[in-house]
Amino acid sequence: MQQGRKVSRRMTSSDPVLTANLITGRTIEQGVAIEGWKDKQEYIDAAGFVHIDPSDFKTLNVWPGSSVLVKSEYGEVVVRAIKSPYGPHPGIVFIPMGPWANQVVNPDTTTTGMPSFKGIMVTITPAPGKKVLGAIELIKMTTQGGVEV
Amino acid sequence: MRTATDVVCPFCGTLCDDIEVDVDDAEKICATRNACIIGDNKFMTAQAPDRHLHPRIRRGGELVESTMDEAINKAAEILVNAKHPLLYGWSSTHCEAQEAGMALAEGVGGTMDNTSVCCHGPSVLAIHTVGISSCTLGEIINRADIVLYWGCNPVNAHPRHMSRYSLYKRGFFTERGKSDRTEIVIDVRRTETAQKADIFLQPEQGRDYELMNALRVAFRGGPLPESVAGIPRAEIEKVAQMLKDGRFGILFFGMGLTMTRGKHRNIDIAISLTADLNTYTKFLIMAMRGHYNVAGADQVSLWECGFPYAVDFARGFPRYNPGESSATDILARKEADAALIIAADPGAHFPIDMVRTLASIPMIAIDPHVTPTTEIASVHIPSAIVGIEDAGSAYRMDNVPIRMRKVVEPPEGVLTDQEIIERIHRRVMELQGLEVPEVTAVKEPAEALAPSAFDDILQRAT
Amino acid sequence: MSEILVKNGYVYDPKNGVNGDVMDIAIRDDKIVDAVSPTAKVIDASGKVVMAGGIDIHAHIAGPKVNVGRNMRPEDKLFNTSKRGKMTRSGGGFSVPSVFETGYVYSRMGYTQANEAAMPPLLARHTHEEMADTPLIDQSAYTLLGNNWLVMEYIKRGEKDKLNAFVAWMLHATKGYCVKLVNPGGSEAWGWGMNCVNISDPVPYFDVMPSEIISGLAEANEALNLPTSIHLHANNLGHPGNYQTTLDSIKLLEGVLPRDGKIRDQVINFAHMQFHSYGGTTWKDFETEAQPIADSINKNKNMTVDVGFVTLDETTTMTADGPMEYYLHNTNHLKWANADIELETAAGVVPYIYSPKISVCGIQWAIGLELALLIDDPMQAFITTDHPNAGPFRRYPRIISWLMSNQARLDRLETLHKVVPDRVAIGGISRVFDFYDIAKMTRAGPARALGLGDMKGHLGVGADADVAIYNYNPKTMDPTTDPAGIEKTFKNTAYTIKGGDIVVIDGEVVSKGNKRTIWVDATNGSMDPAVLDDIEKKFVRFYSVTMNNYPVQDEYVARGLVVKPEVA
Ligand code: SF4
Ligand SMILES: [Zn+2]
Repeated sequence: MQQGRKVSRRMTSSDPVLTANLITGRTIEQGVAIEGWKDKQEYIDAAGFVHIDPSDFKTLNVWPGSSVLVKSEYGEVVVRAIKSPYGPHPGIVFIPMGPWANQVVNPDTTTTGMPSFKGIMVTITPAPGKKVLGAIELIKMTTQGGVEV
Repeated sequence: MRTATDVVCPFCGTLCDDIEVDVDDAEKICATRNACIIGDNKFMTAQAPDRHLHPRIRRGGELVESTMDEAINKAAEILVNAKHPLLYGWSSTHCEAQEAGMALAEGVGGTMDNTSVCCHGPSVLAIHTVGISSCTLGEIINRADIVLYWGCNPVNAHPRHMSRYSLYKRGFFTERGKSDRTEIVIDVRRTETAQKADIFLQPEQGRDYELMNALRVAFRGGPLPESVAGIPRAEIEKVAQMLKDGRFGILFFGMGLTMTRGKHRNIDIAISLTADLNTYTKFLIMAMRGHYNVAGADQVSLWECGFPYAVDFARGFPRYNPGESSATDILARKEADAALIIAADPGAHFPIDMVRTLASIPMIAIDPHVTPTTEIASVHIPSAIVGIEDAGSAYRMDNVPIRMRKVVEPPEGVLTDQEIIERIHRRVMELQGLEVPEVTAVKEPAEALAPSAFDDILQRAT
Repeated sequence: MSEILVKNGYVYDPKNGVNGDVMDIAIRDDKIVDAVSPTAKVIDASGKVVMAGGIDIHAHIAGPKVNVGRNMRPEDKLFNTSKRGKMTRSGGGFSVPSVFETGYVYSRMGYTQANEAAMPPLLARHTHEEMADTPLIDQSAYTLLGNNWLVMEYIKRGEKDKLNAFVAWMLHATKGYCVKLVNPGGSEAWGWGMNCVNISDPVPYFDVMPSEIISGLAEANEALNLPTSIHLHANNLGHPGNYQTTLDSIKLLEGVLPRDGKIRDQVINFAHMQFHSYGGTTWKDFETEAQPIADSINKNKNMTVDVGFVTLDETTTMTADGPMEYYLHNTNHLKWANADIELETAAGVVPYIYSPKISVCGIQWAIGLELALLIDDPMQAFITTDHPNAGPFRRYPRIISWLMSNQARLDRLETLHKVVPDRVAIGGISRVFDFYDIAKMTRAGPARALGLGDMKGHLGVGADADVAIYNYNPKTMDPTTDPAGIEKTFKNTAYTIKGGDIVVIDGEVVSKGNKRTIWVDATNGSMDPAVLDDIEKKFVRFYSVTMNNYPVQDEYVARGLVVKPEVA
């Protein structure tokens, strides 16, 4: 596998597209939601979003709270776009650790055991009408879903 | 109603041990005091009416309820039939269960790994290289006047850390609490932790190593370029001087360093920077461990086999090579042909590529709650919640061991992690044709001869 | 009921004055008895050496800093892992072995008890978890009190009764066995990056001197009539010229007698005296001062030492002497770990290579041997390596071979750095020890010093059935010319019996054993409420855990043996 610092794939010029550096991490809401709420809406609310710097929101041209598609070399996921309260951090976007973020992070551990959960090049485009999936639905849809023995 | 006091919160590495929990006459937890919102939620959701209480086995594409014996038997079969089983998780359970897990991993020739692999595994690798100069959190309470948070966000990840130990708490030589301390935060975002800091540096993402190197140069008065990692030279020199001038400094670091490019090298240089500072003052460093007992998982593994995590027992003796023997890499290379996941949720927290492997092999999930991992398992065995329904040891982020308390009984029929692992192991031994030792009480009572022992000695001496 | 008869061995049992006589040892259940029935299992020990089980009075084998050592040194396992067996778990580590390995190696050497020499109170639970997990051998742990804030405050204020009560509370809370002092005052000073080099250097802020801490705790120890004396890791460890500090420390307790002379003779055990017998002013003119230290011990029958022999291996140093480890790190520039413990103590870990090619290491090697050979009574000097500080405990057989053969020593001396012979006295000391002496230094001596002399370390009726049988015929073989044979002999017993259970046969572990954790309850069932108040204040304001979560719960000493001192 290759390192994550790659130029994003090209988009047609009419698509609003934001190229950004993705980091993932904990939030207090995510911490609450992972104890007993992973099959519920609370978890989606807590971790199924991306924090985008207010200045980058202009590029994207969507309303805060609307769905966007985050794509990386390693996968893609639909999450809600939210204005980051922790800016300014232009060029950096943040998705809480969890199944949504893990659709697009770089699995390469560079032989350390640790996947690259921070510093992944992504593109973000509006995804009007697309729904943010629940955690379990998302995992079931993007894997084989378990085996029987 | 009764109130349990000195309860230990089984959520994050802060391992608060001052929680009070009210339990009503129906043995329902009805309120907590002192816990943060995360801790409170853990206690309050423990007895949720929709909690899954029965083992489930995948049949016809669905997880359907089974008896405990069926689930234990199926789990044992999965492990015995596997060539290279992976036993992963272990961080949200107590050391007694981890010890049982070590024995099981050795018994089935599997790989034993805990969540260090995706939190502070790189920190451990750095410790192998350069050691680590650290302390217990009470030292910070009583002495620290320089508190540096680098790539960590305690307000969100360890909510009571700052009030209990590191910033606001008044200590012996820090009787004015926060006003006796300088708070420095280095992060790529102005997080809630950073917003209150006396000094905030916002380096470019992925450039922490360079910034630390620059600080080390600045300590020695060496030449620096105009700016490093986006931070102006003057700023770097100012912070370097502050670190040197403190009486007692501490560097807390988190996954902002371990997950970022450079990984263990970032920690290596953070530790070296700390060691440097001891030429001028007292300066120590501490990893902000995430799960409440991930530190314990490392400790147990260390004292039982000499290595902290990612240990492969396939050849009958411990082999350790993170990057090769780590759960993440084993799954990425699709090497594991079965897995037992306990007290962690890689389904939610591993990159999807690795989760795909997990979902394609026979997998046992042991977890009190429904999670992305349990829902792609072949067998799910719900367990009692350690620290609420089961007692045992846990190690705080500074490796202080605290005994988790049992506040209420687990729901009927729900076994503890330790019982589940031990029952699986006994069944494994049966399947392997080994002699299964008699069941002994987990905790034996103190020896009866104890009280008179010394009188005894005295008598015989005369 | 199980019975064993160990027949016709050459028995070495100093406590009972048995010096190589051919005797039978009878065992019923876990005790040594007068005689057993004809159905007893017979072990033929003819042509073999029989001793009580060995006792290690000072080793770092369980607990937080040991685990730091394991963590810091994966390379220590590189050529030293072992497979799981029918009775054994896998594990590894040369200088810092895993707990299973620790139990197996000791048992194979004929040891049945090993004591953890430094338990930080706040982390006592960790030490107990490791000990409970260590198979086959009995263990106890020494509670670190020499840098404790309340101890220093009580001493400063002269509140002796309160100090006594507090010491008893701490031993109970930590399930500890002994009052251990490591660099008294110095490790607290290390909280600020400082040290107390001499015993008259005042501790920053607390304003007591190490000498007062030593005397104060020794007095408390006797007031409580604890089974063993205080154990002191003296100030200024490992520095050229430090023998002067050591002599000063010895003077503090000259003439002081133990409260109950029937149990033990000493009021202080000096830990790893080798590290404290250094002459010269720098590493350049470094030389031995074992002679004045040994003279002083010979004069003071109320003191004992464990030697801390340097074995000339690559090892891992670990101690509660935080400033010393930082100093060592700055000397050898190898990786450094440090762990300061709030209100109580400190710790450091640094790898160390005792290279035979380096003059200092060779001199250190000689100093340990000189000390042992210059102290007249082997009941005052015990075999230890301060494991793993001066070398790993698995080297005890080699140390014994040096002590039993002058030739072995001279041969080794010849291979060392060329300046070594001029800086040491070992070349001129021809004394050799026999099996009787070795039994004193590894069995009778440590047992008596620990206040366990009637239960452990001998083979008289009523003793614990801890027995080691070695394949060595003292009538036909000569240890003075056969160091390799001696080393081989003491490495693997023919049989090790622990608590009446045969745990090793021909160097192979055959049982899961019946280990116990020994600790002291000197509280006499009550506590001065004023002292409890003082303790509580410390917890409310300065500790990071609550007072209720501090004491080690009974679950951790489920296989415990409590010693309750009698207070007049
Ligand atoms: S800070 Fe952590 S341990 Fe403390 S109450 Fe909150 S979640 Fe629990
Ligand atoms: Zn020691």
